[in-house]
Amino acid sequence: MVEAESLESGGDAITPESVDGVREALANALEHKTPLELLGRGTKRSIGRPSNAEETLDLSKLTGISLYEPEELILSAATGTTVKEIEDTVGAKGQIMAFEPPDLGPLLGAPKESGTLGGLLACNLAGPRRIKSGAARDHFLGVSCVSGRGEIFKAGGRVMKNVSGYDMMKILAGSYGTLAAMTSATIKVLPRPEKTYTVLLYGLAEKEAVAALTQGLCSAHELSAAAHLPAALAARSGVSHVSEPGRAVTALRIEGPGPSVLHRTEALRRELAAFGDSEELHSQNSLAFWREVRDVTALQGDFDRLIWKISVAPSETPAFLARLGGTIPEMEAQLDWGGGLIWLSIPTREDAWAPVVRGALPQIGGHATLLRAPRALRITAEVFQPQSKSMAALSKRVKESFDPMGLLNPGRMTANF
Amino acid sequence: MQMPEPDGSVIRARNQIVADLKRMLKPGCVISSSEEIRPYESDGLTAYRQLPLVVALPETTEEVARVLKYCSERGVKVVPRGAGTSLSGGALPLADGVLLGLGKFNRILEIDYDNRCAVVQPGVANLAISTAVADDGFYYAPDPSSQIACSIGGNVAENAGGIHCLKYGLTTNNILGVEFVTIDGEILRFGGKHLDAEGYDFLGLITGSEGLLGVMTEVTVRLLKKAETARALLLGFAKNETAGEAVNAIISAGIIPAGMEMMDRPAIHAVEGFVKAGYPLDVEALLIVELDGPSVEVDYLIDEVVTIAENSGATYVRVSESEEERLAFWAGRKAAFPAVGRISPDYLCMDGTIPRAQLSHVLTRMSEMSDHYGLRVANVFHAGDGNLHPLILYDANEPGELERCEAFGADILKLCVAVGGVLSGEHGIGVEKRDLMGEMFSEIDLKQQQRVKCAFDPASLLNPGKVFPTLHRCAELGRLHVHKGKLPFPELPRF
Repeated sequence: MVEAESLESGGDAITPESVDGVREALANALEHKTPLELLGRGTKRSIGRPSNAEETLDLSKLTGISLYEPEELILSAATGTTVKEIEDTVGAKGQIMAFEPPDLGPLLGAPKESGTLGGLLACNLAGPRRIKSGAARDHFLGVSCVSGRGEIFKAGGRVMKNVSGYDMMKILAGSYGTLAAMTSATIKVLPRPEKTYTVLLYGLAEKEAVAALTQGLCSAHELSAAAHLPAALAARSGVSHVSEPGRAVTALRIEGPGPSVLHRTEALRRELAAFGDSEELHSQNSLAFWREVRDVTALQGDFDRLIWKISVAPSETPAFLARLGGTIPEMEAQLDWGGGLIWLSIPTREDAWAPVVRGALPQIGGHATLLRAPRALRITAEVFQPQSKSMAALSKRVKESFDPMGLLNPGRMTANF
Repeated sequence: MQMPEPDGSVIRARNQIVADLKRMLKPGCVISSSEEIRPYESDGLTAYRQLPLVVALPETTEEVARVLKYCSERGVKVVPRGAGTSLSGGALPLADGVLLGLGKFNRILEIDYDNRCAVVQPGVANLAISTAVADDGFYYAPDPSSQIACSIGGNVAENAGGIHCLKYGLTTNNILGVEFVTIDGEILRFGGKHLDAEGYDFLGLITGSEGLLGVMTEVTVRLLKKAETARALLLGFAKNETAGEAVNAIISAGIIPAGMEMMDRPAIHAVEGFVKAGYPLDVEALLIVELDGPSVEVDYLIDEVVTIAENSGATYVRVSESEEERLAFWAGRKAAFPAVGRISPDYLCMDGTIPRAQLSHVLTRMSEMSDHYGLRVANVFHAGDGNLHPLILYDANEPGELERCEAFGADILKLCVAVGGVLSGEHGIGVEKRDLMGEMFSEIDLKQQQRVKCAFDPASLLNPGKVFPTLHRCAELGRLHVHKGKLPFPELPRF
């Protein structure tokens, strides 16, 4: 049984209210060689190996949007600011975080809408628009941090075109708090598309579905999302056009100015006619459906099951799933990113099926993360894709360049550091 | 420009190094005679020249690995080079360094439409990728102005941009994977055809790292389907400020144009005198705004932009009615650099990025500086993303003029940083802006970046003398200063 690991379940919590407080906390940790678990609101705390830290450094008190310039398309905020607050603020000006941050709280057994900007960046998450607009990493323009040396450093800037020094934002995005405690960040925001429509195809098997998504993505219609839900998952949707037919649903999203969306939707339906009948979702239905895909609501609940998050080249997905389907019983898979992102829900087992899942990956390229599993399994099975010796060694050297004493989230990504 | 002191022992061992490299590589792939290495003495930043120790032109990844391992073991510095079009001196050779040219890595290895990507060798020219997939309606989005010549490897090393960045992103947003050789000769893969990294995002880190972390031998790029159509507008304004306001109004209306370029009066006049693009000469600022997509979208947005422009006080509005006319609008902008080259013996192209709201202030200050230094300046500006390219006109044959020009350029970049911008938007720091890094970063910021370099290149053999104003030994950077249980935390300069 997976439970949200609440803040209280760790050891002592240090809760600085300023950047200097964070620096002091890290300086103390360095002096006493006390490993720290870095946390925002803890909604994604259960991703990764359980940390070996003795104390918790809670960054959720570093809050507030310090700069928002809609016409410059940028926003700076302290990392403890909630994603919800940022979305509400930019939403009021008709803008969005274009990488469509997923709210994985409920999937992981944590409250909804409570994740922080820092957590979002540290996990480098992205929703369905990943295929068009990139991930958190692609919108992360500047950062201020405190390293494991107890030093405040910054990188990047507040403009979107910048090659001044290394792109430290990229290595921090997806570093799960193992390199530095990020205290503030500048991100790029974009206008909210005026209109959103979705073309739905029904009853396709995975192979045909990926073919339909591929055809859509290879068209000139600039899809902003392309996903597939098998019948059982589609039935769990709150959108009746998705749940009621009782069939698998393949969905392709078109966004933009009104006349363009109408034109492209019509053209896309014509071009995909060979895949059978199609339907359209408009505005609210389209928004609601993609929120479900984004947050993987179809696989929420039933915490006895494991959730794997797998990224492969989209064309590899049907064969990958076929290899798994022969071995793993009661498997459920939601496909996103044109088929390249597989959310897999499977029954638990003592090896978390890790050898089977990873063994089925393509020879080159692709990785599988055990996103949700009981604590014990996250210790015994590798949560993140194991790396080659050389890559592991490079990762360790980079880790040590930020955090030589191994104070920050030790053991979170690998037992190696 | 001060470069690291050449290592006399390496220079004395030159003959041996040349002989060793010749054993490792195929015949003709090691160039050592002084007239044959001459073409490699500089890159696109021709103000700086230095003959390399020797030029190595490997043909395979294994050869690259062998050369790097050899250099690592012998303590020989390495300067990687793609097509040599860097505008910041990123490929400036070292007297005691092997120049590692990737020019023979010139093949497109795979085009994979199902996964919307292509696997190419680093020496392939940027435009060659788009050309190879054009018949199928695809293209590679980043389009630096040197795209005919610049190599994709160099694009990755410098995180190259172009005129379509606002809508389609920079190099870093358009590549999926690389094959990468470390200074120890290890061959690694970062990314692939899938999205997102499995551990640390090394792909993102090495993009824009200016050849200081390793050498790429293969790049997987994203391919995009070409938009159905594109149209452009020419908008003239009586003041730079009003043009800037129009840009803001367009973006505030939720429109992200495919390209949005601005030229100031000196640039407009230089261009018009050169290519007769039909630009109005009675305006202070000219905007080219391009919209792409299906015709129905483009026509709709063109109307919106015309309305916004008129409301913003545009004194000149012209919409392209044909593909020829659209290309003519661009012909002027694309000829801006040669046009300036025509009215001045030499020019220096700067590359800062500023928050757009600061445009008018920056241009005014720049004009004052122009008077102060007695040098003319013309401005072209990627208006959508704030990337400014001031072209400073000078004559290298006039004693002291280059130095004055460089001082002017440095002042411009300092101004960019002071108003919240950065030193380089797309050309890289290289040697050109190296000594200005302290304007933007504290010593601690720079040391942290250099520690990352140490994780890749502990002996600092890869492209030393670029990007960082001070060379630190990795052992010194790695040291933790704990003194009597207290850590020295000097109060940091804030920017």
